Amino acid sequence: MGSIEINNDLKLLKKVYTSKIFWPLTALILIFVFDSIFIDGFTKITIKEGNFYGIPIDILKNVTPLLLISIGMTMIIATKGIDISVGSVFAISGAISARLIGGESVPENSYFIAILVALLISLILGTWNGFLVSKLGIQPIVATLILMVSGRGIAQLITEGQIITIYYEPYYFLGGGYIPFLKLPFSILIAASVFVISILIVKCTALGIFIKSIGINPIASRFSGIKVSRIILLTYMFSGLCAGIAGLIYSSNIRCADGNNAGLFIELDAILAVAIGANSLNGGKFSILSSCIGALVIQTITTTMYSIGVSPEKLPVVKAIIVIIICLVQSEKFRDKLKAIFSNKGGMKIENI
Amino acid sequence: MKIYNHISRKKISFPLTLSITITLFLLLFAIGSIRYTGFFSVQVFFDLFIDNSHLIVMAVGMTFVLLIGGIDISVGSVLAFTGMLSAYLIEKVSMNPILAIFIVLTIGTLYGLFQGSLINYFEMQPFIVTLAGLFFARGMTNVISIETIDIKNSLFVKISEGQINIFGGHFSYNVIISILVLIIGIYILRYTKFGRSVYAIGGNEQSAKLMGLKVDKTKVFVYGISGFCAALGGIMYSIYSTSGYNLAGVGMELDVIAAVVIGGTLLTGGVGYVFGSLFGVLILGVILSIINFEGTLSSWWTRIAVGILLFFFILLQRILSIKKINGDGIFSIIKRLGIIKGFFKGD
Repeated sequence: MGSIEINNDLKLLKKVYTSKIFWPLTALILIFVFDSIFIDGFTKITIKEGNFYGIPIDILKNVTPLLLISIGMTMIIATKGIDISVGSVFAISGAISARLIGGESVPENSYFIAILVALLISLILGTWNGFLVSKLGIQPIVATLILMVSGRGIAQLITEGQIITIYYEPYYFLGGGYIPFLKLPFSILIAASVFVISILIVKCTALGIFIKSIGINPIASRFSGIKVSRIILLTYMFSGLCAGIAGLIYSSNIRCADGNNAGLFIELDAILAVAIGANSLNGGKFSILSSCIGALVIQTITTTMYSIGVSPEKLPVVKAIIVIIICLVQSEKFRDKLKAIFSNKGGMKIENI
Repeated sequence: MKIYNHISRKKISFPLTLSITITLFLLLFAIGSIRYTGFFSVQVFFDLFIDNSHLIVMAVGMTFVLLIGGIDISVGSVLAFTGMLSAYLIEKVSMNPILAIFIVLTIGTLYGLFQGSLINYFEMQPFIVTLAGLFFARGMTNVISIETIDIKNSLFVKISEGQINIFGGHFSYNVIISILVLIIGIYILRYTKFGRSVYAIGGNEQSAKLMGLKVDKTKVFVYGISGFCAALGGIMYSIYSTSGYNLAGVGMELDVIAAVVIGGTLLTGGVGYVFGSLFGVLILGVILSIINFEGTLSSWWTRIAVGILLFFFILLQRILSIKKINGDGIFSIIKRLGIIKGFFKGD
């Protein structure tokens, strides 16, 4: 019988300590503190031509494609699924819009139509994945493998193996433009609105709880009246759409469409972002916010590495070590073993309260 | 009676995927032979082995991993890493090639064993661990060298250029290595205790544990085998191209997994044949040769064709596995498809 006050304090501490957002946020803050001390002008934000510039703005701007994909991926992973085809959808979406606009300064089709078609196709590709998983009952990783393998071929088919460079000025706005009154990159606004919408859907409707319960136990969810296959289908559609938007932003930002290299390994980064966000990769409880912080952590690390002069080719080594450390910390068995080493019996008891 | 029925059905249905794979290969080869002059020759057939020998070796390793229900997506990067490392050791350190190969194979095996230990002892997801492995190996390749290292060592060049003439065609020493690995793989899976444990774990890990099989050891070893095969594949690739190239094998893990799946191995584990994986690789090779012979078709059609094939094989496996459970095969999948009609009304 410990005193109630101590118990409450412990509970509060445990609540902070075990909340999903705690670890990724700590990591992000630590990296930021490190950067602002060791890298000159890291936190400096200047105003050029009436717009904000600076490394933090760059991080926010460059993270948008990954952030969007991570949001979709979080929901899929929460339903015990995985979508490894996002990179392909990403490339296809960029390829379609670039092909429809064409490599001239006068667009072949209107900008609006190009975006609409690209997003529609992304949605269809997401639906295809969702159909395979939810209706045919194929394992998610296998089902999305099909599109992952063939997707880059399709993207190259659309661009005819060329890298389409775009000279149509308004196309650049999506990824590289600035919002006039906020003086911030437009892509940040897109990512923020998708983020807010998805948070609203998850928190204000029952969908969030449904997704969580499917991830914890799909069979029990079905028996309790949740339309499991339809919700799984919806998550894959959403992920496809997110990947489509991300692909558009990316192709607009680099002003071309490259079927072969656009979004290469982005699916891995997105899964990594979800994992850094302390979301269980076995489904169940999820937090979109912490996945987004995970994505920010990845982008900040990338930018940091570039700033301190690590060449981009060597970056994967750092990433790999981070992934393993994060997953080790998340692994219950590892934590149990650590606890067994470091704690005495009393410590174990507190954990059991 | 019922149990017996179940077993006999299993025996009939699984060689079915294997026979479909082999038939498909023969069919594709026949189509090529009819359409293009010069396609139907011993040399074109041997070329399939020469160009894909590293893939065959990697597919053997991947079959083991998929059989226990795991996945190893690090193989493409490990291929690049080991190829680069062997090139570096031989050319820049001027090490004896045999010693270099020995070191590289050891490193590859240890790499796999380490990944396997993380997966097994800390219950981490195989996808995530081998994803980290993919990043790490690719990064280390770039740390060794970003530029291509040409191998000029006489022994290496000799092995690379060596030809064995037979049946009016020729093939390289790499082919012999890959066939050897294939035979050893088949032997291990069919006739050793270890191989049977692999199938048992893939079928049901819990049961395998209760049967007293060494589940932990087997799982770690399987990843070790995959690492070894990827390292051997890397050396073979560097022999094939007489160089170490830092972008070698980007996306190759997908080709390998696709080949193994097309070869009839279930990604859920427990069912599959190394011999099927060989034909999976050969099918990829035939598609590529057909596209080369066609001339006007571009290389990206390979990926699309592989994707379509993958879809049909996965669908086929799905139908067969439903058949096993429900006993009415095709009908149950149609029933499932019937849900689409009531799609927006609710299911």
